[in-house]
Order: sequence, then structure tokens, then C-alpha cells
Amino acid sequence: MLNPLSHPGAGKPPMFGDYEAQRHWQEITFNLPIKQWYFNSSDNNLQYWGLDYPPLTAYHSLLCAYVAKFINPDWIALHTSRGYESQAHKLFMRTTVLIADLLIYIPAVVLYCCCLKEISTKKKVANALCILLYPGLILIDYGHFHLGFALWGVLGVSCDWDLLGSLAFCLAINYKQMELYHSLPFFCFLLGKCFKKGLKGKGFVLLIKLACTVVASFILCWLPFCTEREQTLQVLRRLFPVDRGLFEDKVANIWCSFSIFLKIKEILPHHFQIIISFCFTFLSLLPACVKLTLQPSSKGFRFTLVSCALSFFLFSFQVHEKSILLVSLPVCLVLSEIPFMSTWFLLVSTFSMLPLLLKDELLMPLVVTTIAFFIACATSFSIFEKTSEEELQLKSFSLSVRKYLPCFTFLSRIIQYLFLISVITMVLLTLITVTLDPPQKLPDLFSVLVCFVSCLHFLFFLVYFNIIIMWDSKSGRNQKKIN
Amino acid sequence: MAALGIAMGGGNWFSALALGVTLLKCLLIPTYHSTDFEVHRNWLAITHSLPVSQWYYEATSEWTLDYPPFFAWFEYALSHVAKYFDQEMLNVRNLNYSSSRTLLFQRFSVIFTDALFVYAVHECCKCIDGKKAGKELTEKPKFILSVLLLWNFGLLIVDHIHFQYNGFLFGLMLLSIARLFQKRHMEGAFLFAVLLHFKHIYLYVAPAYGVYLLRSYCFTANKPDGSIRWNSFSFVRVISLGLIVFLVSALSLGPFLALNQLPQVLSRLFPFKRGLCHAYWAPNFWALYNALDKVLSIIGLELKLLDPNKIPKASMTSGLVQQFQHTVLPSVTPLATLICTLIAILPSVFCLWFKPQGPRGFLRCLILCALSSFLFGWHVHEKAILLAVLPMSLLSVGKAGDASIFLILTTTGHYSLFPLLFTAPELPTKILLMLLFTTYSISSLKTLFRKEKPLFNWLETFYLLGLGPLEVFCEFVFPFTSWKLKYPFIPLLLTSVYCAAGITYAWFKLYVSVLSDPPSSKTKKQ
Repeated sequence: MLNPLSHPGAGKPPMFGDYEAQRHWQEITFNLPIKQWYFNSSDNNLQYWGLDYPPLTAYHSLLCAYVAKFINPDWIALHTSRGYESQAHKLFMRTTVLIADLLIYIPAVVLYCCCLKEISTKKKVANALCILLYPGLILIDYGHFHLGFALWGVLGVSCDWDLLGSLAFCLAINYKQMELYHSLPFFCFLLGKCFKKGLKGKGFVLLIKLACTVVASFILCWLPFCTEREQTLQVLRRLFPVDRGLFEDKVANIWCSFSIFLKIKEILPHHFQIIISFCFTFLSLLPACVKLTLQPSSKGFRFTLVSCALSFFLFSFQVHEKSILLVSLPVCLVLSEIPFMSTWFLLVSTFSMLPLLLKDELLMPLVVTTIAFFIACATSFSIFEKTSEEELQLKSFSLSVRKYLPCFTFLSRIIQYLFLISVITMVLLTLITVTLDPPQKLPDLFSVLVCFVSCLHFLFFLVYFNIIIMWDSKSGRNQKKIN
Repeated sequence: MAALGIAMGGGNWFSALALGVTLLKCLLIPTYHSTDFEVHRNWLAITHSLPVSQWYYEATSEWTLDYPPFFAWFEYALSHVAKYFDQEMLNVRNLNYSSSRTLLFQRFSVIFTDALFVYAVHECCKCIDGKKAGKELTEKPKFILSVLLLWNFGLLIVDHIHFQYNGFLFGLMLLSIARLFQKRHMEGAFLFAVLLHFKHIYLYVAPAYGVYLLRSYCFTANKPDGSIRWNSFSFVRVISLGLIVFLVSALSLGPFLALNQLPQVLSRLFPFKRGLCHAYWAPNFWALYNALDKVLSIIGLELKLLDPNKIPKASMTSGLVQQFQHTVLPSVTPLATLICTLIAILPSVFCLWFKPQGPRGFLRCLILCALSSFLFGWHVHEKAILLAVLPMSLLSVGKAGDASIFLILTTTGHYSLFPLLFTAPELPTKILLMLLFTTYSISSLKTLFRKEKPLFNWLETFYLLGLGPLEVFCEFVFPFTSWKLKYPFIPLLLTSVYCAAGITYAWFKLYVSVLSDPPSSKTKKQ
């Protein structure tokens, strides 16, 4: 399912995957009682697109199912509607997605850009346009509900409406469990705010209020599933399929790239895989989170969102290629502060999804939206003029390095060359993947190359964002407060 | 890096607009295309595979060649590129052939030929004076005009979804208008003559060209009070204009004259056997006429004034057949429409002759000719509204009154194009694009003319806002009601009649403003 502008779907093969999954969930939630939604039964075959998102997705599917029943009950008839495909149905599914976007995601983006301080109205509009033009979210757009809610959460928390922000974020988590990628920065930021206000007074009150909000929202969403222990456990089992292994298919992840050289999936025992992925994830995000707790600031919060999500993406288990969108969203938020690196990152994230998009025959929309996005960013932010150290927020870092290595003055030059090399590589790889056939012995060669190259980029960005966060403290107080 | 930065951020907004709309057109490639796609594929096949003598006789497909010879030569040129994409499309027997390569080629050919339209818009922007503009780029008339023309919603959906080659044809027309504004009359005349031989629908506006060139170019000077100075007639100019037209026509029709095929060509170009209106009534005067006829006949039946047996069956059941027999009001013949059109054009042409106001007056006359022909013509297609909308954009950034007329005409005209895209997947696209364009045009023109009185009075505002509920009713409510089976034509009828009211109103308002314009200000406008 795509944004109507990019794929009005004339005669293309049905995108069986997520489209059918969503239709199937409407069928299941409408026809079966709540107790059976997450359980395997003769009516509900969990192998066939079983429900594996938290309850809020199920409720949303139920709502859509009611509308579908009003229009055409055949769309959600139990068993008989499997693989149902028609123009009207496609339009219906696309409309539900579009409405969700219009109601939740787009207002959040617009409001966020309005709340940016210290930039002119023209730049705010340009900023909003660039975020909305981000190719990843246009091309992969079945439901940005969770991203919309997460964005409301970020907005709320940044503007000191902590309760609303945390409520929105809890709703986001209850919509898609991948939002847990963002949960640590939220937790640390809010905890840091409580500490700052003093644990003996206002801070403690805030902490209690937040805890109540979180617990209440979770209980509300999980109410039908809280009655029996078996229910809750089954839902959790569906949400976190720990027995599926470190990764599936090709993803721009450390584990997948590592397995090119060493097949860790086969070497290490199962529980060990989970433990090391856990450890690596937490080790990589710990410094940023600790810093955020000790020195909570809105800027730090946004950058920590990026680095945490990126750490999770790189090191977590069962990561899907589309999860890069969870990293892209926070990067979109810092677009106005470090336009050059953000644009670079967003281009790489789109590129990392190339195999997935080619499978869905989205080459033309991909090329068009990427070009449009690149030009929009390049002209709105004049990114090629903002590559000095100061603009890249690396001034304090390079000052510290220059204490030991006085000749370290060419950082921005290096980064510019790296950018050129990176863009050339991405374009070449895209051309190769599209035009040539892979050799017989290595049929996945191109997608593996794409993943590997993207993974290298992401590691570089992880290091970069962590540097910004860690070296931010001294300059943050001297410069103007970009709240 | 810095050089790249300067190149990108250099502020060439026109290129950015052109590139942006080209990217949008690329995204529209896989959308629905109408039978016009097959029409043009067939013409590629005919011109490529058959000798010139067969072009206007070939009838394997129902979509015979009915454009003038220059367009046929254009298709011939395209076919030489097409053979590298897919040889099969050039086979005359391959009816309805539409492989993915064919689609790609045809769509890209439209996008590519739009380059002429982009150039024409660039030239038109030079003719606009931006003295009253603000400092902000987006408030300059040039910018607004470029967006209104390059991103014109009607042109986008007719050319890049429905599939036609209007882009470069309108480019030729806008270029000839621009040349006339720049006082390069010979080039303007030449371009228009060429345009006529590409698509003869532009005959609608030929009177404006003829009268203007005769009056303002062949008579080289005016008396101080503005009336004609007969002794300033320049034979040289008349002869050169005539020569241009004659040479172009000779180049176009010459080969067919030599082959003695001229009657056949003309019969293909002007098929009068078709009905007054085609299946979907273009929102013109005859749509209102038909609707009135229907209403009167229903009233007559209710009041038992009419005998049900005498009413022709066709008009009672659906109203969508080609030949329309009117029941109460007199039936309309092609001659009647021609006379009505001529009567409608006459005042504006007289105005152009007796009160010439330079190129601006010519442009108004052109728009009035196009609108009058649209309103009263025989078998008018609703796409012909673009003939009036696009030139009107040039006037809209000049005066507030013109801007208001333009907005009514454009919004109504664009809405009337909705039934062209009736497929479900195009529904969100067309609504989204229409909303974007309408919102932009209204807000930018309002900002441009904010110092003058408001653009719309309350009646006009209500009318334009009424388009929203109309669309909701026709697309979302009506399919679920019981009337869908009994009266399936109601949405089309409502759309047609509602838009016809708006377009007639805009035409009337423009006429009033042209006729009541004071004749004294022309020397400055020259």
C-alpha cells in the first residue's frame, strides 16, 4: 500500500505481505472474540499473518473492520476473504492509512516545526516540507500511527507537557512494540527532569504522576488481556518472538553483516545469541542515556533518541529493515540543527531499504522521491555550505582531539570526501542491482552488498551522534540555548 | 563542495519548479490512462508502418487519424524513437497493445515534449511586469504565474493521467501569445499557424488572432483618439502575414492536396455526425439547455401536458446517448451552434477592432473567443476548458478583477474534469492535487491583491464552497443510495450543470469587464 501519489496501483501484482496481513487482522478482530485474537485455533491460524503487534493495533483493525463491514462485508468474511483483492478494497485500505496519517502524523510534524525556535517562518515551512518528503516514510506507509504518536510524545516532553507526552508515547508503544527502541531516552529524560526538580519536592510528585500515567495507559490498553496470566504471556510471546533467532533475511544490521564472515547464527547457541545482542545494545547506548539522565536537555533528548534507536537497530535481535524508520524519525527532528549529516543519513536509510523496495517494484517512485527530497533539503538548508566543524557540532570534539594531535584540522574535509564517496557508492550499487543479474553462485550478492555498505554507514553515524552527545556539555552552556 | 552549493542554492526558482513538476509527472506514470493512449499508439503505428497516402484512409482501428497533418508528422517522428522501446506497438494490427515499455515510452514522450511548455511559460513570465510585487519571492507575480501554469491541475491530469499531448500544444499557443506581447508579430503569427496545423481545435481562437493582427499590426498607427487610421495600412505586412499562413498551410496540406485527398482529410478533421454533447455533457450552455429540457419534460409529464408516447425513449431513460433529441425545447443543429458561437464572439471581436488595447486586449478577446466557443460549440469536450484557463492565468496576476474571474473559471473548470478520472485508485490523487492547486491559487492571488477589495463576493464564495459537498455526494454518498441503479447518470448531470453555471457566470463577468473597460488607456498599454 502506498501513498496515493506514488502508486495508484494500475495492474501491479498484489503486495501480498503487509497488505494481506492488515486485511487479515481486520477479519480476525471482527469475527473472533478478544480472547482468541492471539491464540492459535482452527479459526485463527497464527502461521498465516498472525497478530503480532500490541493490542492497540488490534483495536484499530477492529475499527477499520466495522467500516469495511458497512461498505462491503466480503472484505472481512472469515476464511473466505483470504487474498481478497479489488480496486475498491485497495482504495479503502489506502484511505484508512491516509486518514490516520492526516489526523496524527502530519499535524505532529507541522506542530513540531512550528515549535522550533530561532528560525524564520520560511525555514520552518521548508523544514516541515523536507520531513514530509522523506522517501522512506512515503514509500513504506502502511500506518505511521505509531510514529505519529511517538512524535506527539516527543513534542509533549520537549515542551514540558510531560504527562501528555508520556501518554502519547505509551500509546505509541502499545501500537507497535518496536517503539521500545525510543523508550529509554524518554525514560532517562523524564527521570533526569525529576532529578533536576529535586527528588524531595516537585520532582518526586512528577515521578509519581508519570508512573501513574504510564501504568494507567498500559492497563487501559491491555485490560481484556490482563484477566488471565496465560493471555498476557501469549500476547508477550507473539510480540517478542525470542525463538526466531538473531535476524531474518537481509538487514543492515551488525549481526547480518558479521555473518558474512562468520556464521554466528549457526555457531552460537540460541540463548547466548540473545544475551550478546542484549549486552551490545545496552553497552552502546549506555553513555548517552546516562548523560541524558544527568543533564536533561531537549537537544540532548533528541540526539539520544537517534543514538538509542540506532544502537537498537544495529545490535538488537529480529530487526526488520523497516525499523530504520524508527531511527529516521528522530533524525528528521534534528534536520534543522545538523542539516548536512541528517540529509546524508536519511539518504542512506532510504538506500538501505533498496532490496525491499525493489521487491515491491517501487524503483521509479524511489528515484523520484529521493531526488525530490535531496533537492528540497539541499536548497532549503544550503547543506553544502554548512560543512564546517562548527556546523557539524564537532567543534568541541575536534578541540579536544587537537590537544593531543595538533594537526587534526581536516575533519570537515574528510567528512566531505566521505560524503562524495558514499553517494557515488550508493548510486553505483543501485544501478548494478537494477540492471545486472547476480552471479549464479551468490544469488543474494547485491542485497548483501547493500546491507553491508549501509551497515558501515550506520556504524559511522552511531559514532558521530555519540560524539555529539558526549561532547555537547561545555559548548551547550556557552552557545545560545537552542531549546 | 562550495561550487555545488552555489549551483544548488543559487535561487533559480524557475528550474526548481520545472524540475519538481517533472518529478511529479514521473510519479504519475503508472496511473490510469484512457482510450486516448490507444489512440496515440494507433497513430504511431499508422504513421510508421503505412505510406503517407494511407494515413487518412486507414481504418483498422476505430481511432482513426483526426488531427491535422503536422500532428501526424509529429507522431511519425516519435515512432522512430518508439521502435527502440518496443517494436510491437508499431504494428497497426496490435489493437490495445500496452506493454510496460509502450507505457513508459508514451508517458515519457509527453513529459519530454512538455519542455516546450516550460520554455513558453518562461517567455510568458518575461511579459509580466512585477512592479507591484513585494520583496518576497513567493509574492512576485512571475512566481505565481509560473506555478499556476507549470503546476496547472487540469493540464496535469489531462496530459499525464488521462493521456494527451496538450502540453507542447499549449506551449506553442503561449509562446505565440508571448511573442505578440513582445511585439514580434511575425513569429507569433507563424507559431499560431503551425499550432493550427497541429490541432485544429485552436480554430476557436483564430478570430482573435486574425482581428488583432489586422488591426494592430497591419494598421501601423492610430489616430489620437484611438480609432483606426485607414491610411496607415501597410500592404507589406498583410502580404507577409498572408505568406506565412499560406506557406505553413502548404507545407501541411500540400502533400494531401497533391494526392487529391483533401476532402477525406477534412472529413476526418471535422466529423459532424457526432451529437450535440457526448456521453458526459461538457459544462457549457447546451448542458444547461439539456437540463432545462429534461426538467420541463418531467414537469410536463407530471402536469399531463405532454403525451408520454410521443417522447423519444432515449431522452427519457438516461440522457447519455450521442444523439440528443430534445422534447420540449427545439432541437439544436450544428448550424445553430455555429450561429450562436459567432454571435457570442462578435462583441469581443468588435471590441478588439474598435477599442484596441494592445496585447492585453488581444488576450482578453482570445479568452472570450475560447470561452464562447466552449459554451456554444458543437460536440465540445470538457477538456477544451483548458483553452480558456491557461491564457487566463496570464491575466490573473495583473488585475484583481481578472484574478477573481480566473479563480472561478479555473476551480469550476478543473472540477468539471473530475469525471475523466473515474477509477477508484485515482480518487485520492485527483482530490489531493485539486485541493493543493485550488488552495495555492486562491491564497497566492489573495495575497497578491490584498490591498484591493476582496476577490469574491458571498455568492461566489458559496458557489465555490459548494463544490466540496457536491463531490462528497457524487463520489461517496450516491454509490450507496438506491438511486444508483435507477438513475446512474445523476452525478454526471449534477456536475455538468453545476459547473456550467459557474463557467457561464465567469464568461459573463469577463465580457462585462471587457465591454466596460474605458477605451482611453490604450496608448500606455501598448
